[in-house]
Amino acid sequence: MLYFIEQFLNGIQLGMLLFLLAAGLTLIFGIMDLVNLAHGSLYMIGAYFAASFAQLTDSFVLGAILAVLATFAVGIVLEVVAIRRLYARSHLDHVLGTFGLLLFFNELVRLIWGPAGMTLSLPSEMLNAVEILPGLFYPVYRLVIIGVTLAVAGLLYGLVMGTRLGMLIRAGASNREMVGALGVNIKVLYTLIFGLGAALAGFAGLMQAPILTVQIGMGENILIAAFVVVTIGGIGSIRGAFVAALLVGLVDTVGRAFVPDLLRVYLSASASASLGRSLSSMMIYLVMALVLIVRPEGLFPAASK
Amino acid sequence: MKHLLECWRGSGLNPRRAVNAVVLAGLALMPVYAALTGDAFLMTLLTRVVILALAALSLNLIMGFGGMVSFGHAAYLGIGGYAVGILAKEGIGSGFVQWPVAIGASAVYALAVGALSLRTRGVYFIMITLAFAQMIYYVAIGLDRYGGDDGLTIYRRSQFGGFVDLDNKVLFYYLCLALLLAGIYLVWRLVNSRFGFVIRGARSNERRMRAIGFPTFRYKLVCFVIAGAMCGLAGALLANHTNFISPAMMHWTRSGDLMIMAVLGGMQAMFGPLIGAMTFLLLEEQLSRVTEYPNLVLGPLLLFVAIYVNGGIDGLLGGGRRG
Repeated sequence: MLYFIEQFLNGIQLGMLLFLLAAGLTLIFGIMDLVNLAHGSLYMIGAYFAASFAQLTDSFVLGAILAVLATFAVGIVLEVVAIRRLYARSHLDHVLGTFGLLLFFNELVRLIWGPAGMTLSLPSEMLNAVEILPGLFYPVYRLVIIGVTLAVAGLLYGLVMGTRLGMLIRAGASNREMVGALGVNIKVLYTLIFGLGAALAGFAGLMQAPILTVQIGMGENILIAAFVVVTIGGIGSIRGAFVAALLVGLVDTVGRAFVPDLLRVYLSASASASLGRSLSSMMIYLVMALVLIVRPEGLFPAASK
Repeated sequence: MKHLLECWRGSGLNPRRAVNAVVLAGLALMPVYAALTGDAFLMTLLTRVVILALAALSLNLIMGFGGMVSFGHAAYLGIGGYAVGILAKEGIGSGFVQWPVAIGASAVYALAVGALSLRTRGVYFIMITLAFAQMIYYVAIGLDRYGGDDGLTIYRRSQFGGFVDLDNKVLFYYLCLALLLAGIYLVWRLVNSRFGFVIRGARSNERRMRAIGFPTFRYKLVCFVIAGAMCGLAGALLANHTNFISPAMMHWTRSGDLMIMAVLGGMQAMFGPLIGAMTFLLLEEQLSRVTEYPNLVLGPLLLFVAIYVNGGIDGLLGGGRRG
């Protein structure tokens, strides 16, 4: 039971990180109608920035704040220089262009930081584990991730539901031509949304960095997971992204923890280990395929275009 | 051959036809050049170009002509490759068994994926095809007996009982080239048949096609299966070419590569996927010779094409008026 709770918390933690990535992705997808394969690169860049800034300033928190700001700036520049010119093109051109950006950023990171990965070390007070239930010790840093990402999700909710900018974002998600026709400076709005998405992706990258190593291509697999979240949730829906992110995070983590054990009831140890490994990696895609077969536009389809 | 020449029927010589002719002549004569200069690497590289062109061609059949943007096409390369590799490992070395199994398995997989995915539209279709390809990718990682994550070396190429010796590099190259040309001919015949007109009609306005009585779902599904089978054959060729299979050949970025080849060459052109595959792979190769950071150039180049060029290289050559 304790093991289950621990895995459940891990699932929530992964889900919250996926939400940070998926929120930006779904906004960019839903509002600008842009398929952005370079979103994972921003995640990677956020992690590299954080590792460098943390080294420079000798402070994890300061490094993290600087990294988020820097990734935001990269996002703004990227939108103005390149992404903006892609909106009017087809989805296929988006894939081509942002795939090019993905290659470019991987190479740029190799040029600047070298081919070897980096590590982002935590301040000592976050290294320990606390006893959250009798007999269950859980790493402080993972709790920090859950707490901080929940707070960011709350802030994002407040921003989208409670401010004028958020109103424009929501309006853009349901009918962007009309928002433009009503005299809103849609160009600036798009740039801001892309920057916001970049900052969220960079933030997700730097939060994940101390758990995994910071390396080239680290954004590629999680990008696909974020796309799964966006698709399950319904493109353009932040609420959908939140629900789907938790679902995907839990399915993935709990699947990895329990599927091999479940298979062992029926199969030999080695067979269940290898089959379990692939089956648990497949789980989120199975869930997505099932959701799309039943609901071809995701769980929370944004208002029809 | 007469039919093949009709692929560029019309009158006169335009840049598009000139480029196609030069590319074909170059591919046909390349082994002579390689033999004269002793450049074995060029031979290997161009065999790869031809095989991946076949894969990109099959993708273009559904994506360019059918409007079905599949982001999981590398899965068929993997299925075709694994069919060859698994059978070879189990002692069945005959190409007469391996290749039909590669094609058949890819077709069956395409039938299942297509039947489920074609219910969705637009970006959701892109994503669900990606999801199925990821599943196959993880299945391959779980195949411990066949190398798991590390992949599997194929010690003997497919045996054709003395008819064709695939270990002969020149012969293998010409076999791949012949299959590619046969594939281009097949796609050309398909696209210009009644079947092809239904597929293209469904791309521009599916509702109208259904309203005038065409069961578009079935047509699209058949098209999807043909493309899958064709790419499965490319996978069997690729496994024979590299003597190696691994899950990496199904990674989602490989699917992205195939899409780039098709888009780069020009999706409305029969020779587009070939030109795209050739441009992409040769550029990658050349750039990595002159710089340690080839993608620093290649990436922005792709971005530039995506932003400013309509219809890929074929569009630059003035072929964009069709379709």
